[in-house]
Amino acid sequence: MATKTVEFNVGQGREMGLGGAGAPSPIAPFDIPEPDVGTERMLINIGPQHPATHGVLRLVCELDGETVTSVTPHIGYLHSSFEKLGEYRTWNQIVPLTDRMDYLAPLIYNCAYVMSVEKLMGIEVTERCKVVRVILMELDRIFGHLLWLGTTAIDVGAFTPFLYSFQQREKIYSLHEALTGARITTSATRVGGMMADLPEGWVDELGVFLDNFPKTLAEVHHLLTGNQIHIGRTQGVGAITAEEAINYGFTGPNLRAAGVPYDVRKDRPYYDYETYDFDVPVGEHGDCYDRYLCRMEEMEQSVSIIRQAMARLPDGPINVDDPNISLPSKTDAMSDMESMIHHFKLITDGIPAPEGDCYMAIEASKGELGMYVVAEEGGTKPVRWRVRPPSFVNLSVIPKLAEGHLVSDLIMINASLDIVLGEIDR
Amino acid sequence: MADEQKTGLDAVDDGPMAPISGETAEPSSSGDPSEHATVAALLERYPDQVQRHQLTAGDQWVVWIGPERSHEIMTWLKEDPAHSYDMMSDVTGVDYGNGRPVEVVYQMYSTGHSRALRIRCPLPLDNLEIDSVYDLWKSVNWLEREVFDLFGVTFKGHPDLRRILMPDDYAEGHPLRKDFPLRGRFSRAEQTRRALAQNVERFYLADELEAGEPQEVEAIEVGSIAESGADSLPTRAEAGEDD
Repeated sequence: MATKTVEFNVGQGREMGLGGAGAPSPIAPFDIPEPDVGTERMLINIGPQHPATHGVLRLVCELDGETVTSVTPHIGYLHSSFEKLGEYRTWNQIVPLTDRMDYLAPLIYNCAYVMSVEKLMGIEVTERCKVVRVILMELDRIFGHLLWLGTTAIDVGAFTPFLYSFQQREKIYSLHEALTGARITTSATRVGGMMADLPEGWVDELGVFLDNFPKTLAEVHHLLTGNQIHIGRTQGVGAITAEEAINYGFTGPNLRAAGVPYDVRKDRPYYDYETYDFDVPVGEHGDCYDRYLCRMEEMEQSVSIIRQAMARLPDGPINVDDPNISLPSKTDAMSDMESMIHHFKLITDGIPAPEGDCYMAIEASKGELGMYVVAEEGGTKPVRWRVRPPSFVNLSVIPKLAEGHLVSDLIMINASLDIVLGEIDR
Repeated sequence: MADEQKTGLDAVDDGPMAPISGETAEPSSSGDPSEHATVAALLERYPDQVQRHQLTAGDQWVVWIGPERSHEIMTWLKEDPAHSYDMMSDVTGVDYGNGRPVEVVYQMYSTGHSRALRIRCPLPLDNLEIDSVYDLWKSVNWLEREVFDLFGVTFKGHPDLRRILMPDDYAEGHPLRKDFPLRGRFSRAEQTRRALAQNVERFYLADELEAGEPQEVEAIEVGSIAESGADSLPTRAEAGEDD
């Protein structure tokens, strides 16, 4: 390491000394080391307990000055082994595990899981159930995107959108509560139907929310979309090309922001999504700003889909009419012998599945959510229940995205990916 | 495995899905492969590698292949313009227990042809090894690590194969295998003891520790501060904080 000798002179300067000559210093000259700027790598640890990591995520960054040269994400702090637990539970008992994964959009996970099991068993749910599930999934897409919007805005220093979006989320919480009795851990679905039909007046409440929500969205647009600071922090940050985005496994708004129009609702439609009229927003540059725009537009499209679904919501039963799948009503179970036997068999044994496996991919708020179930002949529990977590794969790209950016950009990139650690760690 | 099935809480420690019958019949192929262009092409091109194919859950095609030439087949599936599976959605494992092979399951999708395919590779329990496809799809980076972590399958050629969800020094095995008990191998007391004895530095990688070598700092002797400051500080008894 280079050193520099420092000498102290007393009385230097015309006005102080005689003829400019310095008087000898009483302090002996000594050497101080000179720092080698730019040659030392520095390690910065962010998390696991840090508000900007959006969960218990730990990022170990290697820095050259303030530039990130590499990032190593460490995950697993929330690992609860849901998939192992699922192997010890009957098909319907797994539903409560699913909403604990993505607690920011729990109904999407509830629906995706039972859709996979129903597909494996060859159960066709009722028309009303299909439309109700579409409404719930689109509602929770807004729910998940709103949290992303608020927390991401706060990461770039904008506090107001956080308050606006959480005000609207509170309305969705109330809708959740009216439907399921819980705000986050909804567990709303059952194999072959729903836990309960929509309560009285719920659709009207939803209509009130849909009337007010676009106003808030327009306000946030006004605050952020043309905002100089927001643009400066997001444009050109964490960009990825379309080809790389596919190869790295990006799905959802992250992939579409890179210019790939892949949306499971359009490309592999389920629940008659092909009959709904909606657009898939596609970005151009694949950077944080395009991801922001894609999600903002998706919320508006979701509002449109919910309105269409409300208009076509048919009457009729919500559960399939099969006593081997759906529980009988409480009155029947108490008074009718046959219903009581079915109730007993369903509760103690569960629903038998055929031999086989099924991978059901749906478009969750974070990306492609796959539910893979494997069953043995007559099995009332899965041999294997696998969740293909969209944010798990999305997060694995962060070392590539953050390389060469500043530490503050790393925070923005991490926020723009829209991760939820409950689902990454499972 | 116990002969008779337990129910209720007794079944929790017994493992999932106790076998209903000891013998499982050799499964056969199903479905007409000409409906799915890739399945038909695979049967024609790699007849000795394709073990069987199946149409399951209504419209999903599954092909079982041997692990020996899996990388070659995967490369062909990705590169061949007639198939071009550019999206590797998922890699996972399935363990049926009872000594049956552990299977690695690939879910792929071709955005160009709008076609999905599932490939399953059974691996014998004494040789849980398969070629990594990280060079073809970067998305399998963490997915393969997860299968390695939870099933113990080694992916040859993966650049960074280490545990991902479980701690790096986790010594109890691979949790999603059927021979792994639900509540872990050790008692709760032993698990707590091990957790408290952890060395926090193990959460860093070797090269991370090397990069972050701490600066040489003159260690201050603990006693020196205590000696100088001890006289001025009142003890608890003097301050009247007797309990």
